[in-house]
Amino acid sequence: MSSPLYEPSPLELERRAYRRSRARRSTVVALLSTLIFAVVAYLTVTNAPGWERTKATFFDVSYGWEVLPSILEGLWLNIRVLVVAAVCVVVVALALALLRTLRGPIFLPLRLLATVYTDLFRGMPLLIVLYLVGLGLPALRLDWIPTQAAVLGTIALVLTYSAYVAEVFRAGIEAVHPSQRAAARSLGLTHRQTMRMVVLPQAVRKVTPPLLNDFVALQKDVGLISVLGAVDAIRRAQIEVSQTFNFTPYVVAGLLFVLLAVPSARIADWVSNRAARRQQAGGLV
Amino acid sequence: MSASPPVLSIEGVVKFFGEHQVLRGVDLEVAEHQVVTVIGSSGSGKSTLMRCVNLLEVVDDGVITLDGEDITDPRADVDRIRRRIGVVFQAYNLFPHMTVLDNITLAPRVVHGLPRDQAAEQALDLLDRVGLRDKAGEYPDRLSGGQQQRAAIVRALATDPRLLLLDEVTSALDPELVGEVLRLVRELAEQGVTILMATHEMGFARQVADRVCFLDQGAVLEQGPPEQVLGDPVEPRTRQFLARIIDAGRL
Ligand SMILES: Nc1ncnc2c1ncn2[C@@H]1O[C@H](COP(=O)(O)OP(=O)(O)O)[C@@H](O)[C@H]1O
Ligand SMILES: [Mg+2]
Repeated sequence: MSSPLYEPSPLELERRAYRRSRARRSTVVALLSTLIFAVVAYLTVTNAPGWERTKATFFDVSYGWEVLPSILEGLWLNIRVLVVAAVCVVVVALALALLRTLRGPIFLPLRLLATVYTDLFRGMPLLIVLYLVGLGLPALRLDWIPTQAAVLGTIALVLTYSAYVAEVFRAGIEAVHPSQRAAARSLGLTHRQTMRMVVLPQAVRKVTPPLLNDFVALQKDVGLISVLGAVDAIRRAQIEVSQTFNFTPYVVAGLLFVLLAVPSARIADWVSNRAARRQQAGGLV
Repeated sequence: MSASPPVLSIEGVVKFFGEHQVLRGVDLEVAEHQVVTVIGSSGSGKSTLMRCVNLLEVVDDGVITLDGEDITDPRADVDRIRRRIGVVFQAYNLFPHMTVLDNITLAPRVVHGLPRDQAAEQALDLLDRVGLRDKAGEYPDRLSGGQQQRAAIVRALATDPRLLLLDEVTSALDPELVGEVLRLVRELAEQGVTILMATHEMGFARQVADRVCFLDQGAVLEQGPPEQVLGDPVEPRTRQFLARIIDAGRL
């Protein structure tokens, strides 16, 4: 805020100083209250009865370090499944959502199909889908059906999550004000062009936070492929636990999943803030 | 002018957007029961000035007082000040998910704690006065532009504000609908509502305003009674601006 012609008045300088001092005070208050809370929490936990036993069974640090490489190797499988599943989910879900926006009697079967699909896979427990796809399909012994647990698990995840994400996309499409569609159509854009250039960009922006929320849910649920026998992070931890009856490997695997989720949450915040900053008139509210 | 402090006083207000200085020391006063209109070309800073008065933007210098109270003081309670100001935006900004009645009774109920039936009664009275009583249960998107804008004015009036800010309230309307909104503003002026209004309707400004301010590149270049500013302006730039408006057939 500098201009060669403009010098702030003493009053404005005083106001700025006041705002700065308020900001400093807020920071100090936040730091202090956090610190006090942390100390109290630490003392409460470490003085609780049974803490030593709890620590040895769940938080055995040296054992945790020992199993970390093996669990990380398993996590690599989870990450690959996650990336492939996420990409497939976005494509399938977008297609489903667009099918449901089609107008005109000729598209009725497609609309119906998309509706039935989302109803079915949103309602069905993921575990059942996993069993049906992961254990049921290979039992058919057809040549073209893959047999790897990770691949089958990915298919099951995509089936279920596409149904959820399709509904998120559809909600976003419907949240775009009808006047936007009217404006685009009146410029002569077709339904498809309107969707692609005007409605979808706004819809995706509106639903970015819920989408990233579903992404985080998917990050955790990729661990479920272990029930099909895929050797992922959870499976590795399970193998360790069954040998030592110490639950630290589960905690390690769990924390790794949390670490995986944190960046997604921050990216979600960043994306929605940036969109708000760029498009809104700004100001105080 | 009377001895009591003006309802609104703007002194040396400066506003930057990044490096761009949009307001360069604006001075302006609105006394009780006065109607002051701000004219100026598009981009001269009229809306920004309005937003500063309503504390939607933080001023970068200068003082704005409402009934003698410095509202640009960072210690001031923003919500309490906004309660005393009614604002109508160019684009109506009615809430599309509420009926007209709910739009109008929202602030009286939630901010001022009026009971629902009392708020509704008062709102229906106001709607009656602007000829919209039968639209109370409609949603805004099903009203014409003029009706929406009248509803928006009623919404701003429902809390009985000390000052009404009107930012080009007729710019988004067809000429045919402009009349109904201006008629309403004129009635409000006659009832003594204190109004600061940005407008391009010079004919209206001439008839209704007590004072006209010409805002040019973020500063008040000329202000005075409408006959003087609109009829016999001193500044060449004011003349240019008015000539352009006359060319556009608006005077
Ligand atoms: N939020 C904003 N960010 C950056 N520049 C802005 C913003 N709002 C307004 N401006 C700029 O400020 C100037 C004055 O705008 P405005 O007050 O809307 O003018 P008017 O209402 O007189 O047409 C314009 O040049 C505009 O581009
Ligand atoms: Mg404007």
